[in-house]
Amino acid sequence: MWLAIFSLTLLGTLLGLALGLAAKRFHVEASSIVAEIEALMPGSNCGQCGFAGCPRAAAAIADGSAPVTVCPPGGKALAQMLAARLGISIDLTSVADEGPQIAIVAEDICIGCCRCSKVCPTDAIVGAAKQIHNVIREACTGCGNCIDRCPTEALLLQPLPVTVQHWVWPKPATVVIALAV
Amino acid sequence: MGIFEKIFRHHPPWGVHPDDHKLPAANAPLRSLPLPALLYVPMQQHVGSPARPVVLVGQHVLKGQLIAEAQGNVSAPVHAPTSGRISAIGEVTAPHPSGLAQLAITIAADGADTWCERLPVDDPFALAPEEIARRTAAAGVVGLGGATFPAAVKFNLGRRLKVNTLIVNGGECEPYLSSDDRIMRDRAAEVVDGLRIVMYAIGAREALVGIEDNKPQAIAAMRVAAAAFGNVQVRPVPARYPMGSDKQLIQTLTGKEVPADARAAEVGVLVHNVSTCAAVHRALRRGEPLVERIVTLNGGALTRPGNLLAPIGTPVVDLLRFAGVSGRPARLVLGGPMMGIVLPHARVPIVKGASGILAFDAAEAHVAEAGPCIRCGSCTRACPMGLLPLEMASRIGADDLAGAAGFGLSDCIGCGCCAYVCPSHIPLVQYFSYAKGELSARERSKLRNDATRRLAEERVARLEREAREKAAAAARRKAERDAAKAAAGAAARPLPVRIVKPASEAAT
Amino acid sequence: MIPTRHAGPVAAPHAASAGTVPRVMLWVSAALLPATLFGFWLYGWPAVHLWWVTTGSAILGEAFCLRLMQKPVAPVLRDGSALLTGWLLALSLPPWAPWWAGVIGGLFATVIGKQVFGGLGQNLFNPAMVARVMLLISFPVPMTLWTAPLPMLSANAPGFVDGLRITFGTLPATFDAMSSATLFGYARSELSRGVDLLQSLAATQAPTISLLGERAGSLGETSSLLIAAGGLLLLGLRIITWHIPFAMLATIALFASLMHGIDPARYLSVGIHLLSGAAMLGAFFIATDYVTSPNTAVGQLVFGAGVGFLTYVIRTWGGYPEGVAFAVLLMNALTPVIDRYTRPRIYGRDRRGAPLEIDP
Repeated sequence: MWLAIFSLTLLGTLLGLALGLAAKRFHVEASSIVAEIEALMPGSNCGQCGFAGCPRAAAAIADGSAPVTVCPPGGKALAQMLAARLGISIDLTSVADEGPQIAIVAEDICIGCCRCSKVCPTDAIVGAAKQIHNVIREACTGCGNCIDRCPTEALLLQPLPVTVQHWVWPKPATVVIALAV
Repeated sequence: MGIFEKIFRHHPPWGVHPDDHKLPAANAPLRSLPLPALLYVPMQQHVGSPARPVVLVGQHVLKGQLIAEAQGNVSAPVHAPTSGRISAIGEVTAPHPSGLAQLAITIAADGADTWCERLPVDDPFALAPEEIARRTAAAGVVGLGGATFPAAVKFNLGRRLKVNTLIVNGGECEPYLSSDDRIMRDRAAEVVDGLRIVMYAIGAREALVGIEDNKPQAIAAMRVAAAAFGNVQVRPVPARYPMGSDKQLIQTLTGKEVPADARAAEVGVLVHNVSTCAAVHRALRRGEPLVERIVTLNGGALTRPGNLLAPIGTPVVDLLRFAGVSGRPARLVLGGPMMGIVLPHARVPIVKGASGILAFDAAEAHVAEAGPCIRCGSCTRACPMGLLPLEMASRIGADDLAGAAGFGLSDCIGCGCCAYVCPSHIPLVQYFSYAKGELSARERSKLRNDATRRLAEERVARLEREAREKAAAAARRKAERDAAKAAAGAAARPLPVRIVKPASEAAT
Repeated sequence: MIPTRHAGPVAAPHAASAGTVPRVMLWVSAALLPATLFGFWLYGWPAVHLWWVTTGSAILGEAFCLRLMQKPVAPVLRDGSALLTGWLLALSLPPWAPWWAGVIGGLFATVIGKQVFGGLGQNLFNPAMVARVMLLISFPVPMTLWTAPLPMLSANAPGFVDGLRITFGTLPATFDAMSSATLFGYARSELSRGVDLLQSLAATQAPTISLLGERAGSLGETSSLLIAAGGLLLLGLRIITWHIPFAMLATIALFASLMHGIDPARYLSVGIHLLSGAAMLGAFFIATDYVTSPNTAVGQLVFGAGVGFLTYVIRTWGGYPEGVAFAVLLMNALTPVIDRYTRPRIYGRDRRGAPLEIDP
C-alpha cells in the first residue's frame, strides 16, 4: 500500500510540476479584447446603446456589463460575431432585429434647418440651409440621431426593404447531426 | 437494358440517377401557346444588374422592340415579347423562392404580334467576332440552361482567354425536363448553326456537343445536323445527374478539371447550352431578340404534359391552363425537381431561364419528415464535388459557418444530390443555401460597417479641420484687430470698441 | 409532418431516393434473419428466449430514455435502430446465457451506449459492442459458457418451457455435459497447457470449424455461410459498401496466413480465423455500423484493416480468446481521426484544399 501511495504522490508531484513549468514556458499574452471588439463595432459613435461612443460600449461588452446585443445598427450579424469572439452562446431569437433601417426625409415638411445634418455621425444627410435635405442611403446607418432633432418631424426611420438580391434562405428546423471530426 | 449492362455499365463515381420522368412530355410534339392577353416582363431575368425600363406607360411597342436596356458590365436588355401597349411598370411577384416582388413591365397584347424591324445577317462569319458579341448582347441572349449568365459576356471572356474548345451542353440531366431535348430534335440545324457562330465568336477550334445517352433521338438529329462540320462532334455522355453541370460535363468530355475559384475559360473551355446556341442563331441570322423560349410543362397534376413555345413574361397560370391541370397542384416548381425553385403561386411570369414548370400532385410534393443523421455517408458518395455534406451541415446546424466554409462550402454547386439520397431526409441543400446567404450577408454587413467607420472618421477629421480653420481665422482677426488698435492708439486716444464675436465662435 | 419544416419555402430537391432509415434497418434485420433462425434451431428454445429478452430490453431502454427526455417515443422506436442494437447484442451472446445478461446488456446498450450520447447518430461507440464488452468484463464466467449444438427438434433438446427454465432459472445439472468450448477458447487453453496446435486440433474432442456453423459459439455467429449471405445481400442492396468487410477480412487473412506459415504449431490457420468466432458477423454487420465507422471509402479501408489487425492481435496474443468486440470499439475511438485525415479531394482542389494550378 505504501508503495502505491508513494508512487502516486510522486507521479502527481512530477506531473503538477510539469504543468506548472509548461504554463510558465508557454504563457500566451492575452490580446487586448477591448481593442478587438472595438474593431468589430460600426465606429459611428451614434450612442444608441447608451454608452458614450463605440469604445466605451466595447469596454462594457468586454467586461460583461453590456450584452453583445447592445448595438442596434450592428444588428444580429454583429451580435453573432461578438458572441463568437467572446466564446459565449446567445439566443438570437430574442434580439429585436428589425433588420437594417434607414432614415428618410419627408420632402413636403422639411424646412431645411440643417439641424439633422449636424448630428449625423456619418455625414449621410445633405442639403443646404433652406433647401430640402436628403439622406444618402448608402451612408445612413439608421442610428436615429437625426429623428429627435427635426423640428417638423420630417425624418422617419424605415426598414430597408428585403430584396430578391439580398434575401437569405431561412435556417432549416434543427436536426441533430453529430459532430465527429 | 440487360442486367449485366446494368451492373457493369460504367458511370462516373459521383452523382445520382433519379427516375427521369421525361416521358411522355419529351415525346409530345412541340406546341405553341396562344398569345396571352397580358405579359409581365421582369427586369431581372439574368445574372447581374437589372435592366432599366426605356418605355413609358401607355406607349405602344412592337414585338422585339427594346423595352429595357442593360445597366453595367454584366447585364442584359429586355425586349417586348409581343406587340401591344405598356399598361404598367411596377412590381410583380418574382419567380424566386422568397416570393418577393421585382420590377416588371406589363404589356397588354394587341393580338397582332407585329414584329419591329429586324436586321438579319446573311453571313455572320463575315462579321468581326466583336460584332457578333455586340449583336448577341443587344438581343438579350442569356444562358438558357438555367444560370442565365449574359452570353456575350462569356463570348468576350472566351476570346480574351483564347478558348480552344466550345462545349455545348445538351445534358439536360434534370428529371422531368425536356426543353433542350426538344430543341435538339426539332431545331438541330439552328442549334448547330448557332454553336458554329459561337465558336467563331470565341475563336474556338472545336465544339463538343455533350448529350446524355437517354436522348437517342436528340443525338441522332444532332449528328445529322453536324455531319457536314468536321470540327463539331456529338458526344453521348452517361445519363447521370448532375451531368449538365458545367464542371462535371467538362470533366467527362475533356478530362479537364476546372480549378477552384477559376473560370472554365481559364482551362481553355467554354460551355454554352444548346438552347442558348439556338437563340444566338436567331439573334444573328434572323435579327430576332430573345423574346420566347421552349418551356417543359410536366408533373403529375397535368393532363397534357409537353413542351410549349411561350413568350417571355407569360404568367405560369396561362401555361398550366393550356397543359390541363387536374385538381389543384400540390406544388409548383420552376426548373427541374433537383434544383428548381418553388413558386409561391401561379401568377408569376416565366423568364428567360425558365426551362420548365412542374405541377406536382400530392404524392410528388410529399416532404418526408427529417430525422437524425445516421452518418451513413450516402451524401459523401453522391457529392459530385467531393465534399462532405454531413460534416458541413452539422457545423451549420451548430451555427459554425466558418467551420462549414472550412469543409468547402464555397465549392458546393447546390445540385441536391446529397439531399436526394439522404435516408433521413435532412434538407441539406437548404442548410447550404442558408449558410451561403448568411455568409454573404455578413460580408455585406462587414463592408457596410467598414464604410460607416470610414465615414465617421472622415466626419471627425472634418470637424477637427473646421475647428482648426475657425481658430486660425479667429487668431488672424484678433491679430488684425490688435494691429489696428495699436495703429489707432498711436494716432489718437482709442475709442471704446465693442467687439462682435462671430456666431459660430460664440457657440464653441 | 412537422410544421416547422414548412414555415419557409420548401427547398430543392423536390425528389428523394427510396432509401429511408427504417428501410435500412429493416433490410439489415432481414439480412440477419437466416443466421438468427439457424441459431435458434441450433441451440433451441433458450436461445429464442434470450433473443427476445435482449431485444426487448434494448427497446425498453430506448423508450425509457426518450420518455425521460420528453421526446416522442413511437416515431423514434419505429426507425428500428434499437431493435437492431438488441438483436446484434443477442447474436453475440452465448446462446444459453441467463436472462439477466440479456436484460443488463440490452439496457446498457441503448441507455449508456446510445441515448447518453444523444441518441441515434450521436454515439461514438457501437452500442451492441459496448454492452457485449461490458458483460464480458463484468461477468466473465457466464459469458464464456458455451453450449454444444443441440438442435431444436432433437431428442435431448429442451422444449419451450424447459427453455424458459434455462433462461430464467438456473442451468440444469446436465449443462456440464452439454457445455463445450469455442475453437479459439479450446486452442488457447490447450496452448497454455503446453499442447501445441498440431496435436490439440488433431485430438478427437477438438471443436471443428464448420461452414454451416454446427459448432459451439455465440447465438448468431457460428454460421459463417449464412452471415456472409446476409452481408452479400446488404452489399447488393448498396446498404453497405465492400470496403470495411473486405479490408477487415483481408487483414485477418493476411496476418493469419503469415503467422500460420511461420509456425503452424502456435498460430491458427486462415480458415479457422475467418470462419469461427465473430469475424464474419463483425465484418458485415458490426464494423459496418454507419454511425461509428468512417464515411469515406479510404477511411473505411483504413478502419476495416484496423479492426482486422486488432482482432488478430487480441485473438493471438491478448487476454481474451475473441477480440472482434474490442477491436471494433478501439477503432470506433479512432473513427473521428480517420475521418479527419481521409477527407476526399474536392473537385478543383488538391488534397490540402488549395485550388489546382491553372493549366490551359
